[in-house]
Amino acid sequence: MMSFWKRFSYNRGAVIGLVILTFVIAAAILAPILFPQSPWKMVQRPFLPPFTQDGLLLGTDALGRNVLAGLAHGAYVSLLVGLVSTIVALAIGVPVGAAAGYFAGRIDDALMRFTEFFQTIPSFALAIVLLAIFQPSLTFVIIAISIVSWPPVARLVRGEVLSLRTREFVEAASLSGLGNLQIITRHILPNALPPIIVLASLMVAQAILLESSLSFLGLGDPNIMSWGYMIGAARTVIRTAWWLSFLPGMAILLTVLALNLIGEGLNDALNPRLTRKSE
Amino acid sequence: MTLLSIRDLSIALPMGADRLYAAKDINFDLAPGEILCIVGESGSGKSMSANAVMGLLPQGVLPDKGSITFDGQSILGLSEKEMLKLRGSRISMIFQEPLSALNPLMRIGAQIAEVFEAHGALNGSERRARALKLLEEVGIPDPQAAIRAYPFQLSGGQRQRVMIAMALALEPDILIADEPTTALDVTTQAQILTLIEDLRRKRGMAVIFITHDFGVVADIADRVIVMKKGEIVEAGPAQEVLLKPQHPYTRALIDAIPRLTQTDAPEQVERAPLLKVEGLQKTFSTGSGTLFGKRRVVKAVQDVSFELYAGETIGIVGESGSGKSTVGRCLVRLLDPDGGRVLMDGVDIAHMSGAELRAQRRKLQMIFQDPFSSLNPRARVSRILTEGLIAYGTPDKEAKAKARELLELVGLDESAMKRFPHEFSGGQRQRIGIARALALEPSIIIADEAVSALDVSIQAQVLDLLAELKTRLNLSMLFITHDLRVAARICDRIIVMQKGQIVEAGPVGKVLHDPDTAYTRSLLDAIPGQDYERALAAAD
Repeated sequence: MMSFWKRFSYNRGAVIGLVILTFVIAAAILAPILFPQSPWKMVQRPFLPPFTQDGLLLGTDALGRNVLAGLAHGAYVSLLVGLVSTIVALAIGVPVGAAAGYFAGRIDDALMRFTEFFQTIPSFALAIVLLAIFQPSLTFVIIAISIVSWPPVARLVRGEVLSLRTREFVEAASLSGLGNLQIITRHILPNALPPIIVLASLMVAQAILLESSLSFLGLGDPNIMSWGYMIGAARTVIRTAWWLSFLPGMAILLTVLALNLIGEGLNDALNPRLTRKSE
Repeated sequence: MTLLSIRDLSIALPMGADRLYAAKDINFDLAPGEILCIVGESGSGKSMSANAVMGLLPQGVLPDKGSITFDGQSILGLSEKEMLKLRGSRISMIFQEPLSALNPLMRIGAQIAEVFEAHGALNGSERRARALKLLEEVGIPDPQAAIRAYPFQLSGGQRQRVMIAMALALEPDILIADEPTTALDVTTQAQILTLIEDLRRKRGMAVIFITHDFGVVADIADRVIVMKKGEIVEAGPAQEVLLKPQHPYTRALIDAIPRLTQTDAPEQVERAPLLKVEGLQKTFSTGSGTLFGKRRVVKAVQDVSFELYAGETIGIVGESGSGKSTVGRCLVRLLDPDGGRVLMDGVDIAHMSGAELRAQRRKLQMIFQDPFSSLNPRARVSRILTEGLIAYGTPDKEAKAKARELLELVGLDESAMKRFPHEFSGGQRQRIGIARALALEPSIIIADEAVSALDVSIQAQVLDLLAELKTRLNLSMLFITHDLRVAARICDRIIVMQKGQIVEAGPVGKVLHDPDTAYTRSLLDAIPGQDYERALAAAD
């Protein structure tokens, strides 16, 4: 465990990413304490620029709402959507990929054709269609994002499992009389974990982007303040009050960048070939 | 006259490695036309020393002190650009694994021509003509076809010949060969050794030959250097080092070589066979044979029949692709045989499935070749050893106690239970693999090249362990190997396989000393170091 942190912190970008992400998480957790009022509430005159009034550090938007409060509450939504949809996507993708890779043959064919069916449709278009059918609530946003983001997981896991199942320790396990489920969960998946973790960190970033894009188009949950919604609402006034689009945009950029940096750091730390070099 | 002279060379390893120097105080000279063998176990620094001559040390590994003088010029610390001029044209190198050293997407002819191109020699058509000539010189059958072939279309031995052709292209003064025959079959190995010997004589080229196999050393070396943990422990003319070794380490290495000549056939008692294999068949096919390309069918095992008695060890030997491993895998049902019967205690297990198979499989366990990939890197030894027992319904506590007993049985400490496989050496890992195979108290063990990946001295220890366990636990063993010397050491009977069929079977003394078929004879003739072995036997 110690050496894991050592290797992770060897990548400076990953540490910076971790610092930014910690900050975003803190903002999300502290949002209800720091800004107990609803972020939708009007607090001052509209279009108040940043750094002009105490208590409203980042000014107000077109309807006089506190931008800083909006960003903090938006952080919560972004992280929630990112995490939960990634977990759901993993919950679909890992079993599908593991079954396809392990059993091969017909099962593999069937599962992979099913996966490709989802992959051939552009994921953003599919998410829009799904949300147009469902009601635009947070739950359905998460479901829609999960549905469009599990196929890459399934493909990755299948590839890993395909290469692991021919390894001698897996053959030895089956000679020891272990069942298929035990072999998959105890011998194959733990060894396939590093790339899955790396992919998951990138999927969180992808999900945050997707949620923002959907909210920007007005397909998000109308009752929840999110970064994408803030940009969408401010786009009509971008020439007079550019900061209203710029600030949530920066929030998205930094969070996604942080997650990508972390993903890369995890990749370095979990990649056994690099490990041997550094030791 | 010396061509290459190395003085007090030390190569430092990066901080935190298991020792300070990859190689320390290395001294040797190489004369034109001489074959120098560097021998040692894995991790002895033999490859590092050779890489230093080529200026090809891995990142973070630096020559610390000393000098390398080649043809009167000091080459240690030359710039990359100056080294490029030497590499390939005056000193060249061949490697262990010819498949990974060749570009899979380039035709053989183009790869050889590229060597000339890199050094700006000759023009297009001349390069091609030279490539053809080189292929002829290294004895590739049908060079006209080989020049247009891709690496995957050639066999392992042919690929190594191509590598040698490339290394010879610019007529170097020194050829460095890093375990060039380790990945090859004995018969191919013998051919490659003859080729190197011939080329040396014809071209007056010096060769540095790195190997761990004393048999090979005995066959080709003029002088020998023995390395241990980065230091030269003994050096001298081949005859002297091999027949009158001074250093105890050299003596230990030589004693560890499995020999053909130490077989005392056990008395055969008539018993009922434990395992009876009748007409085993297995065919592999690739391609669907419908729309895309021709269906390729490989008959991996054809009509193999034999009987295994209690307490007996049968060796299955053959070259790679002879189907010997496929037989083992069909028996434990990692592969499903296409036909034939495998009778264990009178029950046919070849076509069983599900719970029935599971119950029978317990009696038939396997030891794998590669101690690094046969243990789950993320499982502790305790789990590796108890898992099978628990799967067959042994309570957790009993399984743990049993695992401790097993560790003791294979000569490991109880503290090993809590450790992960990567904390052990190759030999120790193989012991864990053996303990795992014994956990379910099988009556038959199938060892698939179980010692091929180990150094000779460790190989000897593991073979001794297997022999001891066999008598103690009254096991029967099927020992699959490509190395006839290893088979001679441990087996009672030997089955020789070729192209999926049994060509000869019989007691070990008969097969190894008075074989009936030409194929077995050719396998025996190809074993390196036979004259040496006779000389050793005479000396004893």
